[in-house]
Amino acid sequence: MRMDLIQPFIGSLDAVLAEMMKAPAKIVDLTMEEEGYRRRGTAAAVSFKGQIEGRVILDMEPGAAAQVASFLAGCEVDPAATIVTETVCELANMVIGNAVTQLNDAGFHFKVLPPEVLTQEQCEKAGQDSEATILCFETPGGNVHLNIAMQYLQRRTGERTPLPVY
Amino acid sequence: MKQFEALTRKNNQEAVKYLIVDDSVFARKSLAKMVESFGGHVAGEAGDGCTAITEYARTQPDIVLMDITMPQMEGIEAVERIVQEHPEARIIMVSSVGYQDNILAALQKGARHFVQKPVKPDALYEIIRYVLNDDGVTATVGASEESSR
Repeated sequence: MRMDLIQPFIGSLDAVLAEMMKAPAKIVDLTMEEEGYRRRGTAAAVSFKGQIEGRVILDMEPGAAAQVASFLAGCEVDPAATIVTETVCELANMVIGNAVTQLNDAGFHFKVLPPEVLTQEQCEKAGQDSEATILCFETPGGNVHLNIAMQYLQRRTGERTPLPVY
Repeated sequence: MKQFEALTRKNNQEAVKYLIVDDSVFARKSLAKMVESFGGHVAGEAGDGCTAITEYARTQPDIVLMDITMPQMEGIEAVERIVQEHPEARIIMVSSVGYQDNILAALQKGARHFVQKPVKPDALYEIIRYVLNDDGVTATVGASEESSR
């Protein structure tokens, strides 16, 4: 996967976590998705459509999710509370929205759809044409995983274009 | 949360009325806490563009804080529909998606300003104050708005 497409997501997650957790986050692992994705904690997915299509999953381990929710709520929040799920959805919206903003301004045009909560433990592989990268960020409250899957529609459109018949 | 100097309507010293539109309950709560710290009153909330239109008509807010990406009807279309009916509407877009095309489209449809998420309370306060002062609603010119009606 092209790093110039991933970099905005890394920068965006870093900035949003720094703002929301008031603590640093650092990348500790990077893997490619071989099979389906196994959820680690509270997760939300945001899809985007356009020149590049795909989806990004923000998956926060319970401690990390509860820490952000507590910080934003201004009081201690139980990791199982509904507000934790809502927090992760909104964080996913911010991280992906900020990254997509940078990519749009760099010339890639696509549209973001509203976040969806992931309830399944195991998610299907992003798609045959998709490349998925999983980044693991370490934070004081626990790890945060970002699963980025994209497919390049321009290439696929080219593949589908019929050859001229003479 | 930090408390700000209260923004009040000049004509009657009442709290500024807000309509908060966002499909995320969490985002609505967070924005509500912010506007309350500005001395404001949340007159209504909506989770999509359609509800925003009816809530606007019902609450007649001084300021609308409007998300862009929402189910059923997105924020930009809701802005267009609200401004068609209520040209005086003061709508500030609040979205994580802040690319130029989106901002331009929202402004062309009648939005007054744009704030990117995550929202910093100081930035939102300044923008709201700017939009209200620009229309003469708060402290400095509120009476002129009333007299012009």
